[in-house]
Amino acid sequence: MDNEMKIKSENVDFFYGKTQALKNINLDIYKNQVTAIIGPSGCGKSTFIRLLNRMNELVPNTALSGKIYLDGMDIFAPSVDAVEIRRQVGMVFQKPNPFPKSIFDNTSYGLKVNGIKDRSFIEERVEWSLKKAALWPEVKDRLHDSALKLSGGQQQRLCIARSLAVESKVILFDEPCASLDPISTAKIEELITELKKEYTIVIVTHNMQQAARVSDYTAFFLMGELIEFGKTQDIFTKPKDSKTEAYITGRFG
Amino acid sequence: MERHLDQELTDLKQQLLKMGTLVETAIFESVESLKELNIERVNKIIGEDKIIDEMENEIDERCLDLLALRQPMAIDLRFITMSMKISTDLERIADLAVDIAQRVQDLVGKPLLKPLIDIPKLTKLAQQMTKDSLDAFVNKDAELAGSVILRDSEADKLRNLVQKELVDDYMSKDPSSASRAVPLLLIARHLERICDHATNIAEDVIYMVNAKVVKHHPEEIK
Repeated sequence: MDNEMKIKSENVDFFYGKTQALKNINLDIYKNQVTAIIGPSGCGKSTFIRLLNRMNELVPNTALSGKIYLDGMDIFAPSVDAVEIRRQVGMVFQKPNPFPKSIFDNTSYGLKVNGIKDRSFIEERVEWSLKKAALWPEVKDRLHDSALKLSGGQQQRLCIARSLAVESKVILFDEPCASLDPISTAKIEELITELKKEYTIVIVTHNMQQAARVSDYTAFFLMGELIEFGKTQDIFTKPKDSKTEAYITGRFG
Repeated sequence: MERHLDQELTDLKQQLLKMGTLVETAIFESVESLKELNIERVNKIIGEDKIIDEMENEIDERCLDLLALRQPMAIDLRFITMSMKISTDLERIADLAVDIAQRVQDLVGKPLLKPLIDIPKLTKLAQQMTKDSLDAFVNKDAELAGSVILRDSEADKLRNLVQKELVDDYMSKDPSSASRAVPLLLIARHLERICDHATNIAEDVIYMVNAKVVKHHPEEIK
């Protein structure tokens, strides 16, 4: 594992009230690689990726200890702006969540929030992002139509474009294909593989085959603990931990 | 949790075992036919080989279906892929039993060149290695599989002894002995090849059980 590290999680504990959701997580996310996080519902995988762009602090009555570094920078340091972290670390959710605005306005939303007013720059950036998200050919003639008219798969790619527009470096995917049909799923998976050339990707998925197809590294979480982390081909052919084996072969429970 | 897949894997294992039993019988019949120079036994082996060929195809198809429809992972994946390889080795062993039977055909009606000493030893070794490799598969016994692999060099030694004796003591002294010596020499070669296939099976068993590649890496066995 001689890849460059993008995100480092060190002794991370996380609590919702008195319930401990994450226990001493030490996990490295490598640059330009796809890391899949798998595990049964409630194992802490979504909680974990929501920490990576400081979204958990929006939830009241939570507590965190340990450190998370992005490019060596402690993202929870008092001097660090959470909004800046969320710009660098974008997130795509299970259900596509475009704003009830036009395709163009959805894509340029982050730029405007960041105070950019230059119209031609914004137009360029919108086209660039939609191309990167493999959506441009399908929407270039109707940029001012409502995003809500797009199909689920197109909406999901729009959300990816929205994240790319603000020049994020890391994209977190939380079950991005859970509500998509197989063709749209295949498109998102192709896109993820394409995007990893320039971005670092973390994907939470319940679909084992999806994790196997798209990821380079896989982490298995169980009841708030990181049980096993390794190269995807090793995890799915010769896992070291019997708990990992039981989960990926469906013997669990 | 009992899965539907478990039943399918059990069925696959049963089918491989059935094939293994037929293959063990084929080896037994072929070496018995040599002892007795019995042409009826020879014909029986040749006739029954078709059943084993068919079983190989059935097992391969079953494995492909499981891979496509169940998308197995980890131990399940290793079990299914190794089953495909093991069925190929079993089929080859059965072919070698047929080869032995055909050499016996060449010998029937002629007096035996010499009393057989090393060939029966090699026969026993081939039978035991085949049996042990299958037992190791059934019981997921990597240790037994390791012992099969270690015995392979013994088979090579016995084959060389047979060859040296037949060539040095008979064929080079009396070229007319060749028609009776060559079938024996080939039989020794076939038996040694059976040991090679049993070794392959044992290597696959170790991979299946421990995910450890010992094929071409004998130092990994212990």
